[in-house]
Amino acid sequence: MPIFAPVGHMFLTFLALVGRVTVFAGRTIGHMVTPPIYFRLIFKQMREIGYFSLPVVAMTTLFAGMVLALQSYSGFSRFSAESAVATVVVISMTRELGPVLAGLMVAGRVGAAIAAEIGTMRVTEQIDALVTLSTNPFKYLVVPRVIAGLITLPVLVLIGDIIGVMGGYLVGVNKLGFNDGSYIRNTFQYLEQLDVVSGLVKAAVFGFIITLMGCYHGYHSRGGAQGVGQATTNAVVSSSILILISNYIVTELFFTR
Amino acid sequence: MSTTAKISLRNVHKGFGPKKVLQGVDLDVAPGESVAIIGGSGTGKSVTLKCVLGLLSPDQGSIKVDGVEMTTASQAERDAMLAKTGMLFQGAALFDSLTVWENVAFGLIEGQGMKPAKARDLAIARLEDVGLASDIANMSPASLSGGMQKRVGLARAIATEPEILFFDEPTTGIDPIMGDVINDLIVKCTRELGASAMTITHDMASARKIADRVAMLYQGKIIWDGPVADIDTSDNPYLQQFVAGDIEGPLELDLKHL
Repeated sequence: MPIFAPVGHMFLTFLALVGRVTVFAGRTIGHMVTPPIYFRLIFKQMREIGYFSLPVVAMTTLFAGMVLALQSYSGFSRFSAESAVATVVVISMTRELGPVLAGLMVAGRVGAAIAAEIGTMRVTEQIDALVTLSTNPFKYLVVPRVIAGLITLPVLVLIGDIIGVMGGYLVGVNKLGFNDGSYIRNTFQYLEQLDVVSGLVKAAVFGFIITLMGCYHGYHSRGGAQGVGQATTNAVVSSSILILISNYIVTELFFTR
Repeated sequence: MSTTAKISLRNVHKGFGPKKVLQGVDLDVAPGESVAIIGGSGTGKSVTLKCVLGLLSPDQGSIKVDGVEMTTASQAERDAMLAKTGMLFQGAALFDSLTVWENVAFGLIEGQGMKPAKARDLAIARLEDVGLASDIANMSPASLSGGMQKRVGLARAIATEPEILFFDEPTTGIDPIMGDVINDLIVKCTRELGASAMTITHDMASARKIADRVAMLYQGKIIWDGPVADIDTSDNPYLQQFVAGDIEGPLELDLKHL
């Protein structure tokens, strides 16, 4: 059956990829908890991944919060539920939009950069050179990036949540005519701790996914400039898809009983 | 001989899918000896080197470094082997996120845990050993010429005073005069360290200058192995064709037709 052969082949290739990524993740976690740990490199990567992503995340979440206020106002006014706008903005931002938008933006910015840098190191034999200089490439290249992703993404998302809520407040008060005191009161009245915490847990998961996929595709890139380009594309695409899939899984773990 | 050899390869096989690259390589490098592995492109010279370093694992056969079997070595044994080796890569493979002196001092700081200030002084001394002025120490490797990058790579390889040195195509991609400078530096550095050296090259001028002994790799096996003085008097037709650079001869070239 020549029709089914390619389908089966694709499925087997996919399973092999899943296996390789799992082994890669296992090795990374193993190296994360055994010395030596390069703290200097972790701080450097936290600056690269976290600090320099702040403008992108701030812009994204600001406009997301603003448009959310605008859209929910025009929708909710159909059944006179305008007062729910502040609550909708804060819950949507903390639970969903903050982590997912920040995750996707960072995947594009950081995941691509990691894959390109490590991929170039692979094809120019710099990773082999690390080994000959008695340095484990996992500990030196992969672990600092993954730890930095795990730590900085929740911080980025927390800042993004605040900026997003502020965006909603600006539109609500200045354009939709809400009273500023009651808008803020409505924002916090129905907000639960779990809304924020679940969003931060998602952010940590996304941070792990983005840095891991960037490192994985870079580490296994082959064949010069084209291979590095392919690795970059694969890192962004696979981390974006995994972000959306894991977003559903984490949401289900938190909010269905 | 095999018990005292610094590096000893026995019946090493390595394939990639259906392609059999190494098909039973036997080679010894004695302490303090410099061996050049010559052969055409794609004959498995780099694969041999990577198998010895543990960057690739052979499919079968035995590789011993200082009598320790590397194919079944523990991580600790492998680390101990790497701690006494240095390698100069074909494209120098300098870390472009670090400065020149940080590259040279890398093995000292990360591998041996030396204090950066002391490692910097040593790195600058090494740079002077390979004829580079200390004013390039703070530059980025990307802003150096190819010949300078190779010399920085050499300085990095010898910085930890290794017992074994590996050179991957040391003269490829640089002009003949700079190639000769690199050859002289390699000879000088290996002598001063008393190190064993394994060089892979297809540059006969380089092989003649660097090596005590030459081994020719063809179709996954060592087909000739002898002192460098014998390469012109050998009656091995494969070796003669390679040394002379003839198109006509017994070597099967990877060409359709010319």
